Amino acid sequence: MDETDSQSDHPGSNPRINGWYELFSRGARDWLRHNEKVREAVREHLPEIIAGADVVGGGARTVRVPVRMLEHYHFRLRRPGERDGVGQGAAKPGDVLARPGQGQAPGKGAGGRDDGGLEFTLEFKVEDIVDWLWEEMQLPNLDARVGKAEEADWTREGWDKRGARSRLDRRRSLRESVKRRAIQGESPAFTDDDLRFRQLTKRDQPAIQAVVFLLLDVSGSMSERDRQLAKTFFFWAVQGLRRQYRHLDTVFVAHTTEAWEFNEQEFFQVSGSGGTVASTGLAKVREIVAERFSPARYNVYLFYASDGDNYTADRPQAETELTALAEVANYCGYLEVSATAERELGSETGTLFKSMTAAGKPVGSFALGRVEDVWAAVRHFFQHQAPQSEQP
Amino acid sequence: MTTEWRDFLPRIEKLAVAAGLDYNPVDFEAVPESFMMEIAVYGLPVRMPHWSFGVRYIYQLIQHRMGHSRLFEVVFPGNPGHAYLARNNSLAENVLVTAHVLGHADFSRNNLLFKRSQQQVSDNIVEHAAQHARQIARAIEEHGQKRVEAVLDAALALEQHIDVDQSVRRDRYPEYAPAKALPPDDTFRTRFHALEGEGDAKDAVARQRAPVPPRPERDLLWFIANYAPELEGWERDIFLAVREESFYFYPVFATQIMNEGWASYWHARLLREADFLPQQIYVDAIKCHSDVVRPLATGENVALNVSPYYLGFSLWEEIVKRDGLDGARRVLREDDDFSFVRNHLTAEMAEKLALFRYKVEGSGAVTVTERDLDALRETLLGPKYNFGAPSVAATRVRVDGTLDLEHDHTVDGRGLDVERGKKVLEYLRRVWRRPVVIHTVDEQGATVELAA
Repeated sequence: MDETDSQSDHPGSNPRINGWYELFSRGARDWLRHNEKVREAVREHLPEIIAGADVVGGGARTVRVPVRMLEHYHFRLRRPGERDGVGQGAAKPGDVLARPGQGQAPGKGAGGRDDGGLEFTLEFKVEDIVDWLWEEMQLPNLDARVGKAEEADWTREGWDKRGARSRLDRRRSLRESVKRRAIQGESPAFTDDDLRFRQLTKRDQPAIQAVVFLLLDVSGSMSERDRQLAKTFFFWAVQGLRRQYRHLDTVFVAHTTEAWEFNEQEFFQVSGSGGTVASTGLAKVREIVAERFSPARYNVYLFYASDGDNYTADRPQAETELTALAEVANYCGYLEVSATAERELGSETGTLFKSMTAAGKPVGSFALGRVEDVWAAVRHFFQHQAPQSEQP
Repeated sequence: MTTEWRDFLPRIEKLAVAAGLDYNPVDFEAVPESFMMEIAVYGLPVRMPHWSFGVRYIYQLIQHRMGHSRLFEVVFPGNPGHAYLARNNSLAENVLVTAHVLGHADFSRNNLLFKRSQQQVSDNIVEHAAQHARQIARAIEEHGQKRVEAVLDAALALEQHIDVDQSVRRDRYPEYAPAKALPPDDTFRTRFHALEGEGDAKDAVARQRAPVPPRPERDLLWFIANYAPELEGWERDIFLAVREESFYFYPVFATQIMNEGWASYWHARLLREADFLPQQIYVDAIKCHSDVVRPLATGENVALNVSPYYLGFSLWEEIVKRDGLDGARRVLREDDDFSFVRNHLTAEMAEKLALFRYKVEGSGAVTVTERDLDALRETLLGPKYNFGAPSVAATRVRVDGTLDLEHDHTVDGRGLDVERGKKVLEYLRRVWRRPVVIHTVDEQGATVELAA
């Protein structure tokens, strides 16, 4: 019974047996590993998942994906049509303890599903997703067209023995200390001489700025679903651009027979009525470019989503506007959204954009009918746009 | 809180020894609740890492948060045994739990299944499993997480597929089939072989390679470890490590009712005899005892399952009353849950404990069925057959290396879950490195072949 005596009054306080229990949880470790596996699985199906998920909130930085826990499979018998069990309590033969539909199945916890499978939510950073996707789809990085304007910025450069405490480089300082002690032997762990501080210098850097115009047709013929499609596409297209440009301005323009600029919140709620005059929207974009985003300083992108039913009478006007825009923009993309999207893009607007593409302008178009195809659309535009911008 | 509990330990042990309990020394340790939960999830204090434990851990955590489970103690057999007590147990709870642990320790030292597993696997399973965990950590360092995980996916999926009637350390099958005995009167053959040039042929005929496996093999972990065509040494070690732990887990699984009942019987009895306990602690401990062994349903209530504590405790009380302590100890030595329930769950006991059998129809309707003692026992024991797994055996390795598995649906009464079956085959394929197929039956009873 010596052991009992030596273990003081509080068995948990014995350092021999205490310690790692509190520092390390194997359950948590294996749970993290499980989540990692789920992430891998999700990653493989990323395009389908995020295209369908309702992820496109205003300025969302993360995407929440509902996933089921992985099951480690064992051989198991088929679920029987009828099963037996032993219960206990006041019951006589013939008693009916539960009627059909009365959820008496044991083991169904809160949030549970059929066989007790739990659902939980994983959060992914939007930037991570975009990176994965670009890797996955091997989309090219865009080349910025303009980069002449210069902008002063602080960058890290070198180390010094003096500096602000917040810029102490601990790793570096420790290394210095180790070096010194190797020579000096018995000596204090740190001296002031060991400390190294990061230095900053001001450097001129080329300014890479871009603006993307999201032009949406909100005429009466655009259904709610069409707009949801456009919105999803816009979101990922903007994410793709953001990956490239440190400063990306977004401008939201909606049009019917007239055009207005909106902020992001309002933009997706706008619904207009009446007909479609595409040229008004394009003109508005051009106007804003001229006013605020000089093409000399900005890379200009335009994505235009519409169902393509433009007034035939508007054709010459729209053509003029688009030609003028194509001169200043890096790229103009046209997305035809419609439940009955035909790949031929035979609509009025579709024909216009196709003819421009044929003329060698940095213009592209894609017909989007189902939410699953959003990624095909994004891929289409980014692949086409890259060669365009490589040869300005 | 735990301050005084250890002071009671020597006195409780003295009572236990006087009452005839015969156990190896037990190391007691108070650990945080989170650690208790992990022990419950892994089944061992330190065990190999695998993501599936993470899933179970989360379920346990959720259950715990919802207040469905509280763990007082976990005991591991061995010499010495290890008992972990939850640090937040109250003093009275710890007194009760100590007595309970001694009951378990007595059980695991004397029950035949436990004795055998300790002789064969290790009499210090806690250390032994920790070694396995280290071994696998090394394998991960050397071969990478992905590859080790693939092996563990397969091995742990077959966790229950061992043959407990075989030894843990088991030799490979004999390479050659036993020579057929020659017919006694064999004049023709003798004369034929006497002919010139025929002398050696006799020996060649006698030595015939035995088929692998020679008969259906239920010990799948062993079989794959030994006969997978291109298994690497470290992969084999992982399979055998998982298998050893399964041999340890089997008695725990197969004597749950007896073991928990026995420990409960002893904590109740030792508590009654512990006149040194302060009144309040005694009362609290008795309260705690009745919580542990209480039936799930009382009064007019009905529960759709049975507490093993309640069942085991009641049966042991009855056995001791009828056959005395010596009779009870004989049962303890020789029985497992199957024989225990079949021999001692009598019609009177079933009635007294208010056990009934029910049927759940596909529609969800639950009906209580006719009283039938045999059926009641078998339904109670049903989930325990074959380590709780379907009966699957390896039957053949084809010329191209394909492994044939056979599901014995006549024993299990129905076929395998097809989706899960296929997934398991996919795990297996990665270690067998050749196709793996299994034969089972579908809803109509027609034979189906799943393959991966």
